[in-house]
Amino acid sequence: MLKTLSLKSLLPYAVLLVILLILPPILPRFYTYIITLIFVTALLAMSLNMVMGHGGLFQFHHGVFYGVGAYAFALLLFKAHMPMWLGFIAAPVIAAFAGFLIGWFCVRLTKLYFAMLQISLGSLLWAIVFRWYSLTNGDDGIHGVPIPSSISSSSNAYYFILFFFVLCLVVMYLIHRSPFGMTLQAIRDNPDRCSAVGINVRRHQLMAIVIATFFAGVAGVLFVVLEKSVFPDLLFWVLSLEICIMCLLGGWFTFAGPILGAAITVALRTFAGIYTEYWTLILGVLLIIIIFFLPEGVMGFFLQKLGRSGVKEGAPGRGQHAEG
Amino acid sequence: MLKVENLYKSFDKFLAVNGAELTVEKGQLVAVIGPNGAGKTTLFNLITGMLKPDRGRVVFNGEEISKLPPHDICRKGIARSFQIATIFPRLTVFKNVQVAVLSQQRKSSTLFRPAHRMAVEETNRILSSVGLLEKAEDLAGSLSHGDHRILEIAIALGNEPRMLILDEPTAGMSPDETSATMALIKRLAETHGLTILFCEHDMDVVFNTAQSIMVMHYGKTIIQGKPEVVKNNLEVQDAYLGGADA
Repeated sequence: MLKTLSLKSLLPYAVLLVILLILPPILPRFYTYIITLIFVTALLAMSLNMVMGHGGLFQFHHGVFYGVGAYAFALLLFKAHMPMWLGFIAAPVIAAFAGFLIGWFCVRLTKLYFAMLQISLGSLLWAIVFRWYSLTNGDDGIHGVPIPSSISSSSNAYYFILFFFVLCLVVMYLIHRSPFGMTLQAIRDNPDRCSAVGINVRRHQLMAIVIATFFAGVAGVLFVVLEKSVFPDLLFWVLSLEICIMCLLGGWFTFAGPILGAAITVALRTFAGIYTEYWTLILGVLLIIIIFFLPEGVMGFFLQKLGRSGVKEGAPGRGQHAEG
Repeated sequence: MLKVENLYKSFDKFLAVNGAELTVEKGQLVAVIGPNGAGKTTLFNLITGMLKPDRGRVVFNGEEISKLPPHDICRKGIARSFQIATIFPRLTVFKNVQVAVLSQQRKSSTLFRPAHRMAVEETNRILSSVGLLEKAEDLAGSLSHGDHRILEIAIALGNEPRMLILDEPTAGMSPDETSATMALIKRLAETHGLTILFCEHDMDVVFNTAQSIMVMHYGKTIIQGKPEVVKNNLEVQDAYLGGADA
């Protein structure tokens, strides 16, 4: 890991940020929208990677908390007529609470059993949203959530979402480098050893799930700001699978990999989707190629090439690799 | 300091530990010996809470610990190493030990402080006391087998234990590495004032180092006593020392 964040090492990020800031006036509205969608999706993928890539938890149905955040925000504004700022705070908290409830049961299990229970309980939430017509409008979803245009018009939404995206990234990075984040990675590598050095593994994992689902909730809120609507697909397992793929694509042992994975996936869906509805075919082939040739993901590959120690090289031995 | 009383543990009707007795006095270096499958590792797992006993008690400093989860037992001052090196392969050597030190300092859940500036001094002190300081920035997964085993011990030291349990600390080591490791363990015991419980296959090592030896056979304690007493015990000679294993 880098010893300290010197000004010089921050320079590339500052340049990138400036480029992102001057993009909207230059780009057509459609592209601005796509990039904004990438921010939202990337934040969601990053939140998943926090528990999956760094925490080693198979949170396969993470999209649920994105949906919970989005629905909570939409319902609070649309039905309860709450002030927006309050909804903005409450929705991620509700998502984190859902994460706590589901996580509380799931951390009692490990590996695939964790995954299966997590998928089941998540699907239960989806079923509730899908069926509770009087509250959620079921299949129809909720459209026209009242968002003031000061933050929801194309370029305003872009800046608003970019701001929160960057803010969340900074917070996530601080957590990643904190003792909590390091201990989480140690638990991923070896939970038994961690409990033998006095770490309460389950509590630590649950805490990670709560934090990650909070960020997923933030992503859900940002989605509503961008789209002004919610629908049950936000909680459907297909979306959860997609964000898992984003983490894999980008490199799930890296910090920023999922951003790249999200960008690739969203771009592919948008631009290959113009030509064929079978764009997932391309994604599938791409994924196979990456698993075979870049097992550390795209970001992992480039970091390795650059010889940065921030990425943990493969081959830890004893089949850990295949397991992930 | 540690007392194991009449401990039982079975797996699917197989009695892995079948009436084990063990006493460890403060400051002692105690060895557990016995053929493969005698239940040594199971006994250690029972003491450290990785397994729950069916019957019997484990008492540490006058307090029964057999029903506590592993992380609470660790907090009481018992740290362990594992027979199959269980390190954190994707973390650096430094971080492997730092994880334990931070846990000891109850800082594992600290959220918004950079970890790389915390517990640096303590971690480096431990690494230098076991001779791994120059490899601090290597990935733990890339170390040699012998260094893995040393790192195991270093991680256990991160908890500032009062008692250290080492499960075959020299397994798979060359004779040179073995004697170096045993010398290290002896030195650690003296400098840190540690009580050490270990199990070991190499009989020379055991009879040269341990102050007290407990012999297990089919999960049962045959005898515990001073090396010369154990050596002269007929039952032990039958079961183990004269047998095919050694």
